Amino acid sequence: MFKRLGDTADTLTIEIDGKSVRARSGDTVAAAMLANGIDHCRTTPVTGAPRAPYCLMGVCFECLVMIDGVGSRQGCLVPVRDGMRVETQQGKREAGR
Amino acid sequence: MTEASDLASAYDLVVIGGGPAGLAAAALAARAGVSTVLFDENPGVGGQIYRGITSTPLKKRAVLGEDYWAGAELAAEAKASGALIVTGATVWSLDPTRQVGVSIAGKARMIEARRVIIATGSLERPFPIPGWTLPGVMTAGAAQTALKAHGLVPNGRVLLAGCGPLLWLLAAQMLRAGARIEAILDTTLRANWLRAVPHLPDFLLSPYWSKGLALLREVRAKVPVIPIERLSARGEGKLQQVDYVSRGKDSRRQADVLLLHQGVVPNVNLANAAGVAHRWNERQICFEPVLDVDFGSSVPGIAIAGDGAGIAGGTAAAERGRIAAIAAVRALKPSASVPDPQSVRQKLQREELGRGFLDTLYRPADAFRLPEDETIACRCEEVTAKQIRDMAAIGCEGPNQMKAFLRCGMGPCQGRLCGLTVTELIAASRHTRPADVGYYRLRPPVKPITLAELASLPISEAERKAVER
Ligand code: FES
Repeated sequence: MFKRLGDTADTLTIEIDGKSVRARSGDTVAAAMLANGIDHCRTTPVTGAPRAPYCLMGVCFECLVMIDGVGSRQGCLVPVRDGMRVETQQGKREAGR
Repeated sequence: MTEASDLASAYDLVVIGGGPAGLAAAALAARAGVSTVLFDENPGVGGQIYRGITSTPLKKRAVLGEDYWAGAELAAEAKASGALIVTGATVWSLDPTRQVGVSIAGKARMIEARRVIIATGSLERPFPIPGWTLPGVMTAGAAQTALKAHGLVPNGRVLLAGCGPLLWLLAAQMLRAGARIEAILDTTLRANWLRAVPHLPDFLLSPYWSKGLALLREVRAKVPVIPIERLSARGEGKLQQVDYVSRGKDSRRQADVLLLHQGVVPNVNLANAAGVAHRWNERQICFEPVLDVDFGSSVPGIAIAGDGAGIAGGTAAAERGRIAAIAAVRALKPSASVPDPQSVRQKLQREELGRGFLDTLYRPADAFRLPEDETIACRCEEVTAKQIRDMAAIGCEGPNQMKAFLRCGMGPCQGRLCGLTVTELIAASRHTRPADVGYYRLRPPVKPITLAELASLPISEAERKAVER
């Protein structure tokens, strides 16, 4: 959905749904997902519809993902770290996650 | 990196939000010798207008333009002022006694503030069209953030739709960055031009008009601009096609990305939850806090500066931050020397001159604020406009009752993306005014926090004894 401009070199690796992808330090989780062509980050708890980051400024909560085991974090506010594990969220959250 | 445990238990001034208003306020207060902390939930300061100002990967200054780079000075001033600036810090609670609940890296603290300046700015007005929840549909602001903070531009067939200065600015920045825009679908009502004419003389005196004209020219030279009256996004699982009506004629275009924008409105959530009184602004069609000349709110000791006080733009936001900070310093430390507020007010007035024209010209059409039947109004709980109209028709009088019936406004975004739509839909259905319908009553926490974060709050021996036997 998005492409990187010019020479902004990729510098670190994160895991999204078990797959290693490249991210740049300074990316948020949501930005890294968009740059890697991941077209949705969750499905809704109500109807299971796919959703992707909408505002990238912390107000819409469409970017909710599981980060290092903690569910429903706002991907657009969390900077990536090398080795971070990100999981997309499907429908209703499982209890305790 | 400042951690939660590094924070003092009390500060003279807590500034919430590190955009132009917050940065200017914190810098002024700290320089006057007032102990000041600024919290911002983003990874860096700058707010949305100067997003990524200390870290942007875009080195060509011309892409974002000199107005953007002006933010670097504000950020540097705040940093040099002695104010403690904490990013990645989410304020989730503020009460009328000025207890501030903040979380940093999963650890929460309650901070006492003698004065608070809320500088949480604005957010983009809801743009509820059919299909606006599809992946591939985003706000123009999101694309701008992707560009400023991350050096990312939308890929494939890209359409922009809506109205307002930011839409044109984004288009120009994207084009300068080398991105392709297929077309701009312009929702500006023709009739608005006539209505805006009386505001023209003021606008011509404001700094906006020459800049605005140059932007329009720059974009129109490269991208077709199509006036439209209707708009919807379609696709299976993601955006594939955009349908629109232009001058009475149905058209469609294949699209991968649709960027929506119809102006910005104050982000009222934190102030509302703190009990600050708000009123309806009919010209800007939104709620705004009731404020005095120093931007003090109805809650003693809490001021609101920047676009959160009513939309006036980034440069005005900084001046408003300074005025609020001068008032705070005078109350906290009367002996400190501060700039003359009168000179700041004059600058602010000049900045605000162009607003009447812009608000009137870019007043979003009813069709794009009051969605039709099956269009989703509340994205989180997937509540349609028809459901809200039906409930209003059988007697539901306001947004808070509507929550109980339909759960609209009760999802994770806490009404940020549906509040104005719900208020206006109820008002239209019940033939009354948004001012009489009112807005959601919000309560802390205004941002989600985990139980573990709450449990990390330091507790005193007395507090422990109160619950333990
Ligand atoms: S994309 Fe809107 S909150 Fe993250």
